[in-house]
Amino acid sequence: MTNQELALYANTIRHDIIKALGKAGSGHPGGSLGMADIFTALYFSEAHVDPKNPNDPNRDRIVLSNGHICPVLYATLARAGYFPLEEMQTLRVLGSKMQGHPHRGALPGLETTSGPLGSGLSQAAGMALGLRMDKSAARVFCLTSDGEHQEGNHWEAVMLASKYKLDRLIQIMDRNYIQIDGTTEDVMPLDPVADKYRAFGWNVIEIDGHNFTQILEAIRSASAHTGTPTLINARTIPGKGVSYMEGKFTWHGKTPNAEDTQKALADLDAVRDAIENGTYVY
Amino acid sequence: MSTKLSSTLNLQHGLTDGTPLPISAIREGFGKGMLEAGKHDPRVVGLSADLTESTQMHLFAKEFPDRFVQVGVAEQNLATVASGLAAAGKIPFASSFAAFSPGRNWEQIRTTICYNNQPVKMVGSHSGLSAGPDGATHQILEDVALMRVLPNMVVVVPADAEQTRTATLALAQDPRPAYLRLVREKTPVFTTPETPFEIGKAQVISEGSDVTIVVAGPFIVEALKAAAQLGNLASLEIINMHTISPFDHTTLIASAQKTGRVITIEDHQIIGGLAGAVCESLAEHCPTPVMRLGLKNTFGESGQVPELWKKHNLSAEGIVAAVQAFLKRTA
Ligand SMILES: Cc1ncc(C[n+]2csc(CCOP(=O)(O)OP(=O)(O)O)c2C)c(N)n1
Ligand SMILES: [Mg+2]
Repeated sequence: MTNQELALYANTIRHDIIKALGKAGSGHPGGSLGMADIFTALYFSEAHVDPKNPNDPNRDRIVLSNGHICPVLYATLARAGYFPLEEMQTLRVLGSKMQGHPHRGALPGLETTSGPLGSGLSQAAGMALGLRMDKSAARVFCLTSDGEHQEGNHWEAVMLASKYKLDRLIQIMDRNYIQIDGTTEDVMPLDPVADKYRAFGWNVIEIDGHNFTQILEAIRSASAHTGTPTLINARTIPGKGVSYMEGKFTWHGKTPNAEDTQKALADLDAVRDAIENGTYVY
Repeated sequence: MSTKLSSTLNLQHGLTDGTPLPISAIREGFGKGMLEAGKHDPRVVGLSADLTESTQMHLFAKEFPDRFVQVGVAEQNLATVASGLAAAGKIPFASSFAAFSPGRNWEQIRTTICYNNQPVKMVGSHSGLSAGPDGATHQILEDVALMRVLPNMVVVVPADAEQTRTATLALAQDPRPAYLRLVREKTPVFTTPETPFEIGKAQVISEGSDVTIVVAGPFIVEALKAAAQLGNLASLEIINMHTISPFDHTTLIASAQKTGRVITIEDHQIIGGLAGAVCESLAEHCPTPVMRLGLKNTFGESGQVPELWKKHNLSAEGIVAAVQAFLKRTA
């Protein structure tokens, strides 16, 4: 798949996210939109996963730790063929498989339940340990957020992964610099985060999380790396693609009303045109 | 049979004549109470774990920025830093979503707050099904059980926003560790600033003779509606058990002796919380048949709060059905 095709998929997924959140009336657009390019790269290009065989023991595991951005996971899984797209219409509704935070077993392709922050990397590390005991070559991709780095549980996993040299564990952090109460650096400073990980014995790759060339290269380089786990520190823009949401922490967990939804979709349409006519950088 | 409302509790006029009651969220009552407590006592400090506005701590944080600590998404740190502040002479109120505090930091609360016997007030918002569309991960239905089991811990589950304001002020003046359980959803306010509030003293909202309804949380008005719907079929005695620990055995037992039937209602698992406390008390002091309304050993799910409460019989209809079944069974 070309980068242009990937960019178009990501744009479609962003449309799906906005429509689902607009309809649901609650949920988290900021991080969901910001991570659409990385989810697209994983499911449509890099990860060894098969929607027709979601429980293949040899599949790569994709673990979403910051479960509140599940709209991007749901939309990507739907577009990849794990379940019908129409399910997105029932997001957060009583009786839906689309729980407000992802629940293992509710839908095919969900590796774990998440929402409570800071516990995904530990579970991913446990999976990587278990897979290695079984001599599996499967990779474990763990998607995390910057805000959840404030949880002690996360750093307990950082140390464990280093101790056990979990080189099939690849953490991709949504470094968007926002959380609920403000910017991450105001709430609880995290930088220089790359230095911190290196000091803990991790391999660190820093990328622009909206540049497909960099995303793909980083995943391939991390996959080839041996001896330590890898952090892909992905600088992203929260709300990416929707002008009035971009960069704003206030859109962490607020959904667009009917008018805002139309405006968001129009913004995404304009991005789509730019991708198609080659004026968009991806 | 018309419901006999308590004459000493100074409840809202119109509670039984159908006049619409004011509506407010229990967490909003906390926000107001916290601000007032801060004004009364300079030792009161606030802590938040990246949910300052959701828990309504922002009113205090704005007024007293120097007495507010933002710990970030770190609930274990929230509890232990609060313990340290208390050791330095402060009266800390530490707030987050109940799912994460006390959901995540139980041992820290146990050792550094309860065993240390520090006057830290843990404030858990969006408790029970009131987390609504966020789903089961955020709907903690076990927190009262987790807190009630701890020695020294006061556990308060207020019935409406006004009572939460008063309870917050009372807790700020109480020397013990405490857990205050908040609700996200707006619910009717039936108490007034003149309604007394005493930690550990249950309130008999209405007197009755057939069934005792023991309520923890925002379901008193639903119980009153149930009483009205039942009319002459059953006379309900409705008790607001706003404090789960220390438990008011006296009020419960006096009522159970009179009615011989007890129904508990709470947005919580039916084991370990209010129902657990009621059953323990009755089993020991006054064996009485009990029916328990709440979550029956299952997790929650995404949905709108009123529909979730209905689904689990935390509603007037649910109470009416329970009373009818109970009367049939024990006739
Ligand atoms: C253990 C835990 N504590 C608190 C929360 C509430 N919460 C949900 S998202 C969030 C902000 C986290 O920051 P980040 O993941 O960086 O947010 P984003 O970039 O998606 O806006 C918080 C505190 C939670 N989900 N889990
Ligand atoms: Mg963030």
